Amino acid sequence: MNKQHWKAFAAWVNGTAPERATAPLQELPAKRQKKHPPKTDEARRVRVFSRIYHMTSLVVCLSVVCVLLYTLFHLPLFGAEDNPAVNEVVERYVTQGLTETGAVNVVTGMILDYRAFDTFGESSVLFLAVSCVMMLLLKDQNNTSFADILQLQHERETEREISDPILQKVVSVVVPCILLFGIYVVLNGHLSPGGGFSGGAIMGAGLILYSAAYGMDAVSRFFTHKTFRTLTATALLCYALSKAYSFFTGANDLPSCIPLGIPGAILSSGLILVLNICVGLIVACTMYGFYVLFTKGEF
Amino acid sequence: MIQIIIGAILILFGVVTMVVATIGIFRFKYVLNRMQAAALIDTLGILLVLAGLIVLSGFSTLSAKTLLIICFLWLASPVTSHLIARAEVMTNPDIEKECEVVHHD
Repeated sequence: MNKQHWKAFAAWVNGTAPERATAPLQELPAKRQKKHPPKTDEARRVRVFSRIYHMTSLVVCLSVVCVLLYTLFHLPLFGAEDNPAVNEVVERYVTQGLTETGAVNVVTGMILDYRAFDTFGESSVLFLAVSCVMMLLLKDQNNTSFADILQLQHERETEREISDPILQKVVSVVVPCILLFGIYVVLNGHLSPGGGFSGGAIMGAGLILYSAAYGMDAVSRFFTHKTFRTLTATALLCYALSKAYSFFTGANDLPSCIPLGIPGAILSSGLILVLNICVGLIVACTMYGFYVLFTKGEF
Repeated sequence: MIQIIIGAILILFGVVTMVVATIGIFRFKYVLNRMQAAALIDTLGILLVLAGLIVLSGFSTLSAKTLLIICFLWLASPVTSHLIARAEVMTNPDIEKECEVVHHD
C-alpha cells in the first residue's frame, strides 16, 4: 500500500502518470515478441548475468560501507584530549600564534607564517598549471593560421552583437562590489576569515563576470597577456624574496627588521599582509587566465 | 518567543516553496517552464529563509549582512534566468512552436 503510494507519487513527479506510462510499455514488448521471438538461451543468460551483476555490486558496496564504518569506529573522538593530532605543534600554534606571527586569525598565521613554504608551493603549482595551459592552448602568431584569426574575429563580432543590455547593467552595478569585497577579503586575511586564496577567487570571479558581460575586449583594455605575466611573476618573486628573508633571519637567529605591529590593526603581523596580497593576485590571475584560455585561447 | 515563531514560520514557508519548486523542476518538461520553477527557489525561497534568519537573529551586523546577501541574490538570479531564456530562444529553431506563438495578421 505504502510502496504503491510512493510509486504513484514518483510517477507524478516524473510526469509519467500511469495512463501515459503504461500504454506504450505494454505495447512495446508485444510488438517485439511478434517480430523477434526471444532466443530463450540468450535471454536466460542475460537474466542470470544481470542477477549476478546486481548481487556482486551490492556485495561490493556493502563491504566497502562496512570497512569504512569499521575504520570510523577506530578513529579517535573528534577533539578528544589524547588524540594523536593534539601535540605540541598544535599547542604552540594556538598559544603562541598571536605573539609570534601577530595575526589575529590563527589559520592565516599558520599557512602564511609557520607553513609559508607550503603555501609558496601551492602558489607555484597554480602558476605552473596556468603556464602549461598557456603552452597548450594559447593562440599566437606562431601557431594560428589566417583562417583561425578570421574565425576569432567573427566570434568577437557575434559576441558584440549578442551582448545583453540587462546583463551589462547589472554587471556594472555588481562587479565593482565584487572586486571591492575581494580586495577586502585579501587585505583582512590576517584579521578575519579569508585571505589570499578566497579573496583571489572572488576577484577572479568578478573579472570573469565582467568579461562575460562586456566581452574579452573590455577586459583586455586593462588586463592583457603582458599584465598577466608581469603580475603573476612579480607576485611569486615578491613572495619568494620576502619569505627567503624571513627564513634567513629566523634560521640564523637574527632580528627581523619587519615590525609585527599591534595585533588587530590593518598594518600588522609583519609579512603576512604582503604574502596575502601576492597569493590573492596569483589566484585571481590564474582563475581569469584559465577562463580566457579555455574559452578563447587568447587574452 | 514571538520572534522565534515568526522566524520559524518564515523559514518553513521558504522550505515549502523550495520543495514545491523542486518538484516543479522535475515535473515540467520544457526548459522555459523548468526555469520558471527554478527561479522560484532562488528568489522567493531564499528570500523567505533568509528573512526568517534575520528575524531569528534580531537587528545586528549579522542580519545586515544577510540583507546584503538577499540584495545580491535578487540582483543576480533574475539575470541568470533571463540569460538562460535568451540562450534557449536563440538556439532553439522551433521556439515559436514550443511556446505556441500565434501570429495575428
